[in-house]
Amino acid sequence: MSKPKQPSATNPSPRLVVENALLVDPSRGLEAEGHLVCEAGKVISCDAGPAPEALRSDAGELIDARGLLLSPGLWDIHVHFREPGQEDKETIATGSQAAARGGFTDVVSMPNTQPVVDTAGTVRLILDRAREAGLCRVHPTGAITVGLESKQMVEYADLVDAGAVGFTDDGRPVEDGGLMRRAMDYSRILGVPMITHAEDLTLSEGGAMHEGAWSTRLGLRGIPYAAEVVCIARDIELARHTGAHLHVAHVSSRLAVQLIRRAKEDGLQVTAETAPHFLDLTDADCVDYDPRFKMNPPLRTIDDQEALIEALADGTLDCIATDHAPHTDTEKNRPFAEAPFGVIGLETAFAVGHDRLVRRGSMGYSRLIELMSTAGARIMGLPGGGLAPGSRSDFALIDPEETWTPQVRDLGSKGRNCPWLGRSLTGRVVATHLGEGFSFRRAAVDTARRD
Amino acid sequence: MLRTKDLLDLESCTAAEIKLILDTAEAFLAVMRRRIPKVPILRDKTIVNLFYENSTRTRISFELAEKRLSADVINFSASGSSVSKGETLKDTVDNILAMRADLVVMRHGSSGAARYLADRVPVGVVNAGDGMHEHPTQGLLDMLTMRQKMGTLQGKRVVVVGDILHSRVARSNVWGLTKMGAQVTVCGPPPLIPVEMESMGCKVEYDLPKAVADADAINVLRIQLERQTVQNFPGNREYARRYRVDGALLAKTKPSCFVLHPGPMNRDVEITSEVADGPRQVILEQVTNGVAVRMAIIYLLSGGAPESLGENLN
Repeated sequence: MSKPKQPSATNPSPRLVVENALLVDPSRGLEAEGHLVCEAGKVISCDAGPAPEALRSDAGELIDARGLLLSPGLWDIHVHFREPGQEDKETIATGSQAAARGGFTDVVSMPNTQPVVDTAGTVRLILDRAREAGLCRVHPTGAITVGLESKQMVEYADLVDAGAVGFTDDGRPVEDGGLMRRAMDYSRILGVPMITHAEDLTLSEGGAMHEGAWSTRLGLRGIPYAAEVVCIARDIELARHTGAHLHVAHVSSRLAVQLIRRAKEDGLQVTAETAPHFLDLTDADCVDYDPRFKMNPPLRTIDDQEALIEALADGTLDCIATDHAPHTDTEKNRPFAEAPFGVIGLETAFAVGHDRLVRRGSMGYSRLIELMSTAGARIMGLPGGGLAPGSRSDFALIDPEETWTPQVRDLGSKGRNCPWLGRSLTGRVVATHLGEGFSFRRAAVDTARRD
Repeated sequence: MLRTKDLLDLESCTAAEIKLILDTAEAFLAVMRRRIPKVPILRDKTIVNLFYENSTRTRISFELAEKRLSADVINFSASGSSVSKGETLKDTVDNILAMRADLVVMRHGSSGAARYLADRVPVGVVNAGDGMHEHPTQGLLDMLTMRQKMGTLQGKRVVVVGDILHSRVARSNVWGLTKMGAQVTVCGPPPLIPVEMESMGCKVEYDLPKAVADADAINVLRIQLERQTVQNFPGNREYARRYRVDGALLAKTKPSCFVLHPGPMNRDVEITSEVADGPRQVILEQVTNGVAVRMAIIYLLSGGAPESLGENLN
């Protein structure tokens, strides 16, 4: 996989012109056949219509993107890259590879590594590794509590100064409401979101899948709606009390959506995400006890799926985030109740979103790309998710019509725990451009002229 | 002959298959009453009993069944074995296969473990209980016992009382009995009844006297103390107050109503000694039937044809 070129005075990256693409830039409300011209890591021109002839004429590379979507690089604000400490599952390099294959130029990494990201040093380690890999921008979150133990606050400003973009105990909830309140209060001086993994552990206790007719039939302990909803309710009230920015991770149920809708109606600074697997799979998919369908929160019912899709369309949910969670084969290849929670999702996210949301008529490309790119950047308060001239030339070229069946060779991740292996999807990333060069490029992207 | 190489659950069995197993079991009951209660049919087979959970009666029952069919038997129990040294289920399985077993009988603490095994090995797998999911041979021996007492299962009312939530016996009973035309009601304190249990085709009733008023049979389940990681109900004394099967309760049932229990019993918790040792229980018939049912299943899964049963038994 080629790394984007390093710039230098004697060898600035050549000008790249992409034309005849279906340009979708939600940051400017643009969806039209158009072009993009970039050079030295920046967008020079990007608009409807053909590229200005002056820019075309001495382009280093010209790509005819007929039939392809051209979108800002995708953002996934919830991934687990497992480094430091669990490199058998994934490294920042392999996670970045997975991201690039999925059209992502930016990801927000979760802090439940070993050690936990609760000191500035670990933040810097992650940023260094990401830079070395050079395939994706990784924005690390820090933990809310030291060691994710829900006992002691982390030195938040220290981590922000080192590069942390937000805080979460994800993997675990912050069990102590008082501590969560004080941390959220404090976050107001940092200008970063506090991300909640909402789970009442005493209610989810021992559960392996959604508590319902299927868990009853399969004889598996269930995780009831209440486990998620009770904690979301708590954190929304803390957002109300403190005025902090609360972001709700991996929303899985209609009941949760209802709470979030109400919070937004009340004018609270609450954002929320859901994952592609919740849009495509349900608890019925656990019928064969395949741990590739085991994650936390768990897959729920068709009714919840419908509520999530509606909420993505009407803005109650702000973005799609995969919760990409690789595990080794040894760990996942076990009886269902014993396997760890988690599925990977970077390589298939766009296709699943496209299949379930656009092709079934719930929304068009603009809203999908907004959910998968622009919104993520906005929630995190970071630059990106748009292709206005002057912005970084981070973009994805996607074939919305290509039907494919993910195989292991399509994965960039070390993890093989992908629910869509062997399942047909429509919508496939052709190339991902990060800064000065392509981080991922499949064959057969037309080039009219090369230097 | 059964449709697949395995017996994993009663949910996927047809009524015809269940009837075949029960009828075959009746034939083997006759074998067990002979002076030499053995038949040589499986003398060329090796069967592995792979028990990851403690079990005395089920393992012995299987072992007896296998030996009466003249098979060679290997017993593998989890404690003191490679499992306690961290070997994965998959590795244990591969090792046993390399030793060329013909059939595996497995009990495991995880729901779906029997399916996990069956999907990965070419030999037949008999589920001797997987977590909270199913215990098909127990369901079958319960049905055989009930059929013997009542002549038929069609239209009969069976109440299963106890810790339904954690019970694989309960789930197997519901599937099997419902397929054979019986009406099953599960009964117990609400925290011990799984959500949406009616979706399995049974009724749910929290009031025990009400549930058993018109019952033909009562299957009393053990309170599963070893499966409780949290406190599911206030304790045995409280449980006994509302859900124990005792003489006073039975006095209000139909005279023909009888009591089953899969064992082992917690005397005076879910059932009183008065009932357990009294005239209206069939607990020991269940044990005898258990061996016969297991002989039938192993026979049928090993390619035994029902038509050849007559000659095979002589």
